[in-house]
Amino acid sequence: MIDIKNITKSFGDRQVLAGIDGSFKPGDTSLIIGGSGTGKSVLLKCMIGLIAPDTGEVLYDGRNFLTSDLNEQKAIRREMGVLFQGSALFDSKTVLENVRFPLDMLTEQSESEKVDRAQECLRRVGLENAGDRMPSEISGGMKKRVGIARAIVLNPKYLFCDEPNSGLDPLTSIKIDQLISEITDEYQITTVVITHDMNSMMEIGEQIMFLYEGKKLWQGDSSTLTKSGVNELNEFINANKLIREMEK
Amino acid sequence: MSRIGSYFLFLGTLFRNREKLSVYLGLILNECTSIGVGSIFIVALVNIFIGAVTCVQTAYNLTNPFVPKYIIALIVRDSSILELAPTLSCIVLAGKVGSNIASELGTMRITEQVDALEVMGINSSSYLILPKVIASVLMFPLLVIMAAFLAILGGYIAGTLAGVISAEEYVNGLRFDYKPFGVVFALIKTVVFAFLISTISAFQGYNVSGGALEVGAASTSAVTNSCIAIVAADFVLTQLLLT
Repeated sequence: MIDIKNITKSFGDRQVLAGIDGSFKPGDTSLIIGGSGTGKSVLLKCMIGLIAPDTGEVLYDGRNFLTSDLNEQKAIRREMGVLFQGSALFDSKTVLENVRFPLDMLTEQSESEKVDRAQECLRRVGLENAGDRMPSEISGGMKKRVGIARAIVLNPKYLFCDEPNSGLDPLTSIKIDQLISEITDEYQITTVVITHDMNSMMEIGEQIMFLYEGKKLWQGDSSTLTKSGVNELNEFINANKLIREMEK
Repeated sequence: MSRIGSYFLFLGTLFRNREKLSVYLGLILNECTSIGVGSIFIVALVNIFIGAVTCVQTAYNLTNPFVPKYIIALIVRDSSILELAPTLSCIVLAGKVGSNIASELGTMRITEQVDALEVMGINSSSYLILPKVIASVLMFPLLVIMAAFLAILGGYIAGTLAGVISAEEYVNGLRFDYKPFGVVFALIKTVVFAFLISTISAFQGYNVSGGALEVGAASTSAVTNSCIAIVAADFVLTQLLLT
């Protein structure tokens, strides 16, 4: 369970996040949605400790990440997996080396255990034969899958995905969404996905948080998304022709 | 001034919360290959020609018949060991190694690879930069020793082929009034230059924000700032060690 309380963040005079509260449950794929520039990625970065918020708390199963000492933070970080928007694979390492990198750095496992675990994760994302290839030799969709494999290699309790579908064709996007959803169910991970992709919302969103101009305007079950009564959210989802037609 | 302050704070992050030493060993060896072996050709080429030019130009300017010809070799030797090999080689290395470090780290920053390390709880600055600094400090002196030797050899080849000095006179000049401290001085300078080039370039690259344009700008700043730091440190060290 991840709880965020009163997260605020400003860059200079511009307030990007204005007192965001919320909860993300284990086994659920929670989506943070909103238009461009509404603070979704900043909120994610505050949650994973890449940006320090001005105020607020981020609690991982009750442990306050922001006030923890360095060792506690490291322990919490080891329970996190992050899929970055651009996959963030290390260019100088092969696919297999990328996936086993967290094992090399953060565990004392034997060489064979690391290779087996990395191969297992690659198999889970359907890339068991791509281990020897360099990131520059694989497609965008494959990079995302490698990113997912790297994110789950340490058996995380919390999985964060920043725009997992950006730059992908619709078919590949659906496959990535399904993979994230399956992994969440399989490992009972608390998954938080940042997206503005309507297909993702319909496909994998179980809990949805809507941000608008740095404020949380709505959070709820995906089945109640179209009945929120929030004008800004309705405008956002009705921008998609498919949703408009479904509503009719 | 705030930029200089940030640079010193950045240096502190290289040595705090380091990873296991075994992690660095492999990385340092890789960097030694990339920084050291990868720079041999350019450093060798530049220094052979610099030695050759120094020899021919000194001969051209030495018109007084009372000055013995072996002085040409002495000038080539001292200028190569004291100044040309360490300083000029390091300026060349600032262009090659410095820009490489800045663009590599800058690209890692804008493609979120640095963030990926941070979220794993790895001290990204120490993991990425410390091996480069150590490899530079280890490899630059070796390159400079080779550079000084090749500059003197370049002078010998050019001088004898152009007929401005005989082989015997050149060797006599190399042996005349030799002060071994010159080599120590050159190596001290090189270690300082290596540290400055690697850390300044890393600082520029690591703190990039934006896109490809900013990475290019950081790479340019890395080279120009490194060159400025080299000449300033050169003056300070010469004052301190040779006077």
